[in-house]
Amino acid sequence: MLSKRIIPCLDVRAGRLTKGVKFRNNVDIGDPVETAARYYDEGADEIVFYDITASNENRDIMIDTVRRVAETIFIPFSVGGGIRTVEDMRKVLLAGAEKVSVNSAAIQNPDIISQGAKSFGKQCIVVGMDVKQVNRSKQIPTGYEMVINGGRTFTGIDALNWARHVESLGAGEICLNSIDADGTKQGYELDLTRMISSHVSIPVIASGGAGTPEHLKEVLTDGMADAALIASMTHYGTYTISKIKSFLHKNGIKVRMMW
Amino acid sequence: MIVIIDYNAGNLTSVQRALYSLGIDSEITSDPDRVLQAERIIFPGVGASGKAMANLKERGLDIAIKKAFGNGIPILGICLGTQIIMEHSEENDCECLGLIKGRVIKFPDNLTDPYGKKLKIPHMGWNRVILKRHHPLFTGIDTNSEFYFVHGYYPCPDDPKHTIGETDYGIRFVSVLGKSNLFAVQFHPEKSGRPGLRILKNFSQWKGQTE
Repeated sequence: MLSKRIIPCLDVRAGRLTKGVKFRNNVDIGDPVETAARYYDEGADEIVFYDITASNENRDIMIDTVRRVAETIFIPFSVGGGIRTVEDMRKVLLAGAEKVSVNSAAIQNPDIISQGAKSFGKQCIVVGMDVKQVNRSKQIPTGYEMVINGGRTFTGIDALNWARHVESLGAGEICLNSIDADGTKQGYELDLTRMISSHVSIPVIASGGAGTPEHLKEVLTDGMADAALIASMTHYGTYTISKIKSFLHKNGIKVRMMW
Repeated sequence: MIVIIDYNAGNLTSVQRALYSLGIDSEITSDPDRVLQAERIIFPGVGASGKAMANLKERGLDIAIKKAFGNGIPILGICLGTQIIMEHSEENDCECLGLIKGRVIKFPDNLTDPYGKKLKIPHMGWNRVILKRHHPLFTGIDTNSEFYFVHGYYPCPDDPKHTIGETDYGIRFVSVLGKSNLFAVQFHPEKSGRPGLRILKNFSQWKGQTE
């Protein structure tokens, strides 16, 4: 059977690693290539890079970072942030990423998903979903709404409807981020994760809120996630990926223990 | 020199980069003559079988690969490359190279895990390989190692003697095949961390023997 994947997420800004809370107040915490190498050694199953600035002048820096990462680690990694066209995808994939992640761009132009899937294969296309809890309404029946611009703009799109839609367009995977939980270290949004994961047939990566190994256990069992994204837990040395995996393994969750 | 066959089926630089990290030179080519002169051949690929076979034929690479196999050049198939060495693929109902007798079929869509939960297709992520017999390319690899898979189809060799390893995903399927100087894996060694790199390193020294 497949192992549950543990995926550190590295936010990159102009070639440096950064971490903010709820998408704000970003601070410099190191070199993305060195950190990726450390996570590779610790047993990360995959790595996600998110280019949080994604302006044109930083784009080349990001491509260079992707290339250096690809020379250093030999596990899959994905790159997101500012990917708007098939050409943007091509550059990132040619630089050595296994997957690309589209987020706001997919909401503004859903065709990017089907175009990307057609050009590079579904398995390359990850759709990032930023979600906030709101009151249930006719428009948002689940009470979970898609947001963009780091959670500042509400889109009027229901998260479950969107998840089903992106699957039908050819998304290979969903990275589901709860903006409410992000950076709080209080645990993943289990209800949201379970709801999405049980209604789509593509893998769901849970994101936002991880603070302890227990939180990963919850989201990989109760939350029905296929993979768990982590950031602050390991960035500051509170935990190592190998420690987290040992904990999950002891608790009966199938994770990759040899690397 | 190791030659990596380019037939416009996915990004081949990841295989080259992985070899480079091991200090192994390689050349990416779509020239059939270069393939026939190679010391070793890697036949990778991502995508659909129909398109891939058309691309191979257009470049005369189908004939070159068959000849190279007959000439005893060590060949490593990866992912789609592993499917195309079979006789026929259900994907695009396509005739393939036929280096190993058997078909490539689609995972059934009603697969469940031991707890009854529906399994997602494609089979994507880390999984184990249960070795059915020893092969030199698995030298030095722990039996609990896992490898990175991404595929919706899998090979079914007619003759069990071509099965080297199997993997469980709702069903047990053949994930590693071998026949004389040909060795083929359904997973991506270039994306499978150190155990994957070890397979590439073993291949770089392999003379095509099966014991």
